[in-house]
Amino acid sequence: MGKIKVVHYINQFFAGIGGEEKAHIKPEVREEIIGPGMAINAGFKGEAEIVATIICGDSYFGENIEEAKAEILEMVKKYDPDLFIAGPAFNAGRYGVACGTITDAVQNELGIPSLTGMYVENPGADMFKKSVYIVSTKNSAAGMRDAVKKMVPLALKIAKGEEIGSPEEEHYIPRGVRKNFFTEKRGSERAVDMLLKKLKGEEFETEFPMPDFDRVDPQPAVKDLSKATIALVTSGGIVPKGNPDHIESSSASKYGKYDIEGFENLTSADHETAHGGYDPVYANEDPDRVLPVDVLREMEKEGKIGKLHRYFYTTVGNGTAVASAKKFAEEIGKELVADGVDAVILTST
Amino acid sequence: MVKEIERAGLPVIHMCTVVPISLTVGANRIVPTIAIPHPLGNPNLDPKDEKALRRNLVEKALKALTTEVEDQTVFEE
Repeated sequence: MGKIKVVHYINQFFAGIGGEEKAHIKPEVREEIIGPGMAINAGFKGEAEIVATIICGDSYFGENIEEAKAEILEMVKKYDPDLFIAGPAFNAGRYGVACGTITDAVQNELGIPSLTGMYVENPGADMFKKSVYIVSTKNSAAGMRDAVKKMVPLALKIAKGEEIGSPEEEHYIPRGVRKNFFTEKRGSERAVDMLLKKLKGEEFETEFPMPDFDRVDPQPAVKDLSKATIALVTSGGIVPKGNPDHIESSSASKYGKYDIEGFENLTSADHETAHGGYDPVYANEDPDRVLPVDVLREMEKEGKIGKLHRYFYTTVGNGTAVASAKKFAEEIGKELVADGVDAVILTST
Repeated sequence: MVKEIERAGLPVIHMCTVVPISLTVGANRIVPTIAIPHPLGNPNLDPKDEKALRRNLVEKALKALTTEVEDQTVFEE
């Protein structure tokens, strides 16, 4: 086998094209090694080589998943690579979804060995961990070296069709695949060992982790809108101008609760977005584009809804830990119920 | 967040652009929106048309809140 030919996928940010203001760019291909590709290519030590880099804006991908996928597949096909690598995406949500989608498509539609990498809480991980190998990375680009160190050997193994070890050995996110193998000790002995460790309060590793199916059943529908109090909640970071509580632009550690009594609509004079994960121009120009206070006020006047709740709740959903979001929403949910709210409109960017 | 608020006892409509993410996090009622940086608007329209677009989306969301669902449902139309 000659040198393994690799095509690499990255977003506009890692390509050095720009941040959120460039997130709408369409897919393009360059016959160069760019950004994280440098470290990956160096890691190959001559065994493989990146022949082309495909770049696509995260918002373009997120808003046009099917088109973007088709365009990128065509680009990949042209190079007929032996291996396809996307990312790593760390905890960037849209980027992770893009990396997962395209890795899955290249592997399963073109039959080309593929690999990506991201943080375990990235929504792209849950979506694609079963269909592709996703190397488990840290949650920010500070973990690039570590990510590359783990991705390179696994990528080479996948490309060469070698046997892939367990998630722990190869550092990928568990895919839920069970494999039979012989062990030295029989089951009863292992179970007793585990139980003894548990009784002593020592750490032990289960052989059968329970899958996490955390679903909430839908609540019953609102019976009569004209009597209902509707509350607005957003992860789009809309805050009073000046962001009085200093909600962080990413990895938010808090949420805000703000009074909108007397506001007919939100304007650039009184509200803005604190979110650092999308181009803020449009939301700052007219915050109703994220939090539709104007329309709900109108419908309140027309009697279509009973009432728009006096407070809205907001946080920045940008690399925010799932545990934080969960905690915020538990508190928000409790308050809304206590305040007699009947239903919630939650907007996300 | 959608899930935890719903768990607290309230029906939630999630208005978002990247529907696959919403499905993954477990929203039960979903209305797809326009674009990531302006889910409920379109800066290319004149203000009157833009507001009509927003009103249409919010009406869809309210309709979804009055609709009984048994499973995750995307309200396209």
